[in-house]
Amino acid sequence: MTTPRYADVQPGTEIPPRSYQVTRLDLVRYAGASGDFNVIHWNERVAKSVGLPNVIAHGMLTMAKAGVYLTAWAGDPGAVTEFGVRFSSMVVVPDDDKGATIEVSGTVTEKLDGNRVAVELSARSDGDKVLTRARAVVRLP
Amino acid sequence: MAINREYIGRTFEPTEPYEVSRVKIAEFANAAGEPSPLCRDREAARAAGYPDVIAPPTFAIVISMTGAAKVTLDPGLGINYAMVVHGEQSFEHARPLHAGDVVVTQSTIESIRAVRDMTMMTTATEIRTVDGEHVCTARSTLVERGG
Repeated sequence: MTTPRYADVQPGTEIPPRSYQVTRLDLVRYAGASGDFNVIHWNERVAKSVGLPNVIAHGMLTMAKAGVYLTAWAGDPGAVTEFGVRFSSMVVVPDDDKGATIEVSGTVTEKLDGNRVAVELSARSDGDKVLTRARAVVRLP
Repeated sequence: MAINREYIGRTFEPTEPYEVSRVKIAEFANAAGEPSPLCRDREAARAAGYPDVIAPPTFAIVISMTGAAKVTLDPGLGINYAMVVHGEQSFEHARPLHAGDVVVTQSTIESIRAVRDMTMMTTATEIRTVDGEHVCTARSTLVERGG
């Protein structure tokens, strides 16, 4: 993806959508890296015993994927200065090689000073919106 | 209501210093699926104007959780952790965290409010270097079901 320039971006500019796979292995890896070992993110027996359909992804992993989407667009992981989301639905991760798919898209909503832009994101999995009020401020070259 | 409203506005003790390492940043970047060399290669990070490899934007959760644990583990708060889900999260970065940063975090409960049969608690966690430089504010809203 070519890094966009601030001058070339306008309110309404769409960021090309991308899909991210999340497998059980990704959940285990994220648990270890983040220190969040909540059992519902890796143990199907416990997840189902508390009324969940299956093991679910960490909300913060979904947010991290949306972050990867933004940093890939901006070309710099340090370019995302503000980033906020609401976790509106679960990402259910079946025990197979494909796992869950998170589809992320975004639109520039405003141009700010300091070469920064406001972006509104959408993230969906299995037909449900998994993030709402997902907004970021991203600095562009 | 289960969560003690007397805790609104309470600021907790700061955490012990946390040293951000290159290995931890790379591990987190791998787990997030963040492919950027700026998270792994010091020379690439320096060429981009950073002092060392930088953390992805949500890495701050690893650090802010240590401060937030002081809140959720306080027995007087009365939160039923088995009924808690993560409702909202945000980060405001003054700059990216980078390898070599030594930071402390301090959490304040900003609000506790009832919404239908749930209780929502918002905690702001400030991440500062040991020299006092503000790096990030992480804000978490936890939702306790069946409040």
